[in-house]
Amino acid sequence: MSKDISIKNGANLYLKGLASKELEVAKKSLTYAINPDNFFSLVPRMLVKEGDKVSKGQPIFHDKNDETIKIVSPVSGKVKEIRRGAKRKILYVIIKAEGDDVIKFDIPELQKITKEQIIELLSESGSLAYIRQRPYNIIAKTNKLPKSIFVSTHSTAPFDVDYDFLMSNRVDDLQTGIDIMSAIIDKPINFSITHKKDSGFKNLNNVEIYNIKGVHPSGNESFQINKIDPLNFGETIWVIKPEDLSNIGAFFRTGVFSSSRTVAISGDSLKSPKYYSTVIGASISSLINSDDMNDIKNYRFINGDPLSGSKVEYSEFLGFYNNSLSVIEEGNQYRMLGWLPFMYNSVPSFSKTSFSWLLGGAKKVNTNLNGEERAIVVTGEMEKYFPMDIFPMQLIKACMRGDIEKMESLGIYEVIPEDFGLVDFSCTSKIEAQEIIKSGIEIMLKEVG
Amino acid sequence: MNFIRKQVDVLKKPFLKGGKLEMLYPAFNAFETMLFVPDHTTSKGSHIRDGVDLKRTMITVIIALLPALFYGIYNTGYQYFIQTGLDFTFLDAVLHGAYKIFPMIAVSYAVGLAIEFAFAVYRNHPVNEGYLVTGLLIPMIMPIDMPLWMLAISVVFAVLIAKEAFGGTGMNILNPALTARAFAFFAYPTFMSGDKVWVSEASNVDAISGETILGALAANGDVTYSSLNMFMGAIPGSVAETSVFFVLIGALILISTGVGSWRIIISGILGASLVGVLFNFWGANSLMSFDWYNHLLVGGFAFGIVFMATDPVSAAQTTKGKWIYGFLVGVFCILIRVFNPAYPEGVMLAILLMNVFAPLIDHYVIEANVSKRRKRWASIKLKTS
Repeated sequence: MSKDISIKNGANLYLKGLASKELEVAKKSLTYAINPDNFFSLVPRMLVKEGDKVSKGQPIFHDKNDETIKIVSPVSGKVKEIRRGAKRKILYVIIKAEGDDVIKFDIPELQKITKEQIIELLSESGSLAYIRQRPYNIIAKTNKLPKSIFVSTHSTAPFDVDYDFLMSNRVDDLQTGIDIMSAIIDKPINFSITHKKDSGFKNLNNVEIYNIKGVHPSGNESFQINKIDPLNFGETIWVIKPEDLSNIGAFFRTGVFSSSRTVAISGDSLKSPKYYSTVIGASISSLINSDDMNDIKNYRFINGDPLSGSKVEYSEFLGFYNNSLSVIEEGNQYRMLGWLPFMYNSVPSFSKTSFSWLLGGAKKVNTNLNGEERAIVVTGEMEKYFPMDIFPMQLIKACMRGDIEKMESLGIYEVIPEDFGLVDFSCTSKIEAQEIIKSGIEIMLKEVG
Repeated sequence: MNFIRKQVDVLKKPFLKGGKLEMLYPAFNAFETMLFVPDHTTSKGSHIRDGVDLKRTMITVIIALLPALFYGIYNTGYQYFIQTGLDFTFLDAVLHGAYKIFPMIAVSYAVGLAIEFAFAVYRNHPVNEGYLVTGLLIPMIMPIDMPLWMLAISVVFAVLIAKEAFGGTGMNILNPALTARAFAFFAYPTFMSGDKVWVSEASNVDAISGETILGALAANGDVTYSSLNMFMGAIPGSVAETSVFFVLIGALILISTGVGSWRIIISGILGASLVGVLFNFWGANSLMSFDWYNHLLVGGFAFGIVFMATDPVSAAQTTKGKWIYGFLVGVFCILIRVFNPAYPEGVMLAILLMNVFAPLIDHYVIEANVSKRRKRWASIKLKTS
């Protein structure tokens, strides 16, 4: 049985250079790295030193505030460098790959496994990091079980992946992951697929299938949760990315932490954008050949999609969670009289003050801000790209003021910064909505927890 | 383009950090960004951004104002020549109108932008584009014969008190252009109402007089204009408010580009029509029995509801709020016209009044959303406990 869910409002942004559906095994990366910033609000306490040998699955740091949250090494090797930035903040733990030592757990028979055993194994193996908890999008806390678990294969962000293609040879692991997770909550997990898409996921067991009909940002779990099983004060919901759920399944099948990552590399400057199978934390240079691009400095590499991903240098590494890697041209050029209405229609715009919306097809984009930041003047614009029962502008203003009571009553628990990607994009006043929401959530975490 | 860019870069040097004129950077920046969209790239949040910015939005409003402005220029000359009985051509009328109106626009922009630039430099923030619209609106809603110094003082009042005192563009409660008009209306009433101010040179030439239709009605006079006259706008009135036809072209531009809220415009018209119809049934005085559709055509109603009530900063900000706000603007506009003959032009006061109430309307719309969420939370608590 599946249910149809329609999420109105929003818009799809089609960009040139979408990865084609070809899967290639990426060349082996020499070094792999974990960036603690990938885990929101986690404060790392290192468990290894530079020069230490580590096995795949061995914890390299844990959360200072919660030792059950362990981040493990994605590969076997030697800690090459713990790169630090200002105030000795850890930027990367870089591991030079060598050998194939693994940490192996004894897995009880899956039919007889108990909740406690599952949670213990998730935490000990580092697989818990694949599960994130709402509110706040932090790594799931196991002291309180969630009321439901959501997995979305309905992807709508620009340059987002096609999970049907990406997961095609990992369905068995996915089913194991689903069985394990539904055992935790004693009910099927909520699994969303794209409406009217001929998806292989329809045959999964232990899932409640939701057919999501809608454009971006309906692929973001927050909007689906809001429609299907809204989050209330004091409740938690777990969210898992499809491939991460397969990794969890693989762990319970083999007893070894699985760090597989299939990543779609998109960008119109790439010769042949496509999917690569690699490992979490692989170096960007193992995925993109710099000779294939004319000038690497002119491009921005983004872990994730262009709306909500995070910037990385070419010399850096793939993130922990992202299935897409976007390459966008830097837009550091002036445009003469570029603010005139109906000029420069090639610059993507949802606004009817440009003919951009009339010109169909995939758009070429760059990172130009296309204007300067201003006070919020235009109203009613954010609501168009925020299909949820929440007033986005009022919530943003509450976050700016750091007004906890207002943030709470306006629905801060139900959103994460990524949900405001399209609001960021379309805002006339160039308000940094995602940053503002993030700062609001940080305050909530600190004050309310 | 490269050549101009290089020249600008040379000029920019003293304004940059450490330069002699560093303090004046916001002023320089205003001119520079008028010429070029800056080379700034995204550093936080979304890596790609929409082509729209506040400059483009504001310029779109100005484009929408131009048809009404051009007609206002022509009508100024037309009213003058009709009254004096002189022979005239289309060009004569336009030239006369331009001669009267351009100085008003120049004064409005010069005074207002000077204050805006001064505040931008003082607060070290970029000059906001909002005044580009306000500065054009102010002369368009004033009587044609208003002395320029009065216009200047009204502008100063509007920018200082209605806008900067609240923190600048985006923070104001009242629409600044209407505040300028309200200020002039109460400070210099003899220049703002009566039968000697609406036609060019009426105060100087005895032969000329021209009452607005609403003024005539308030004095229980007769209306000699047809509905078509009122719609096309060849009637006395404030500079650019008279022609509903050209205002509607502006409305079309605002609505089709999504810059103006169609909800406010439609609900405003609904509100005014409803009250107009009700008064038609009552019919106790000549303003009450004035046909409801004519109420929509005369005075500043069309101009106000299209260009003033839709100001996003001073209007209600929520979608539901916009419906309520627009509707009440329409209702109060007709109420004020009918019940208070001293202020035959109701739309200005109706919009200012609703500007003040807009945050309250939004408050209740948002509270409804909040209480819905809290109820959901409470019902869960009951279930689990």
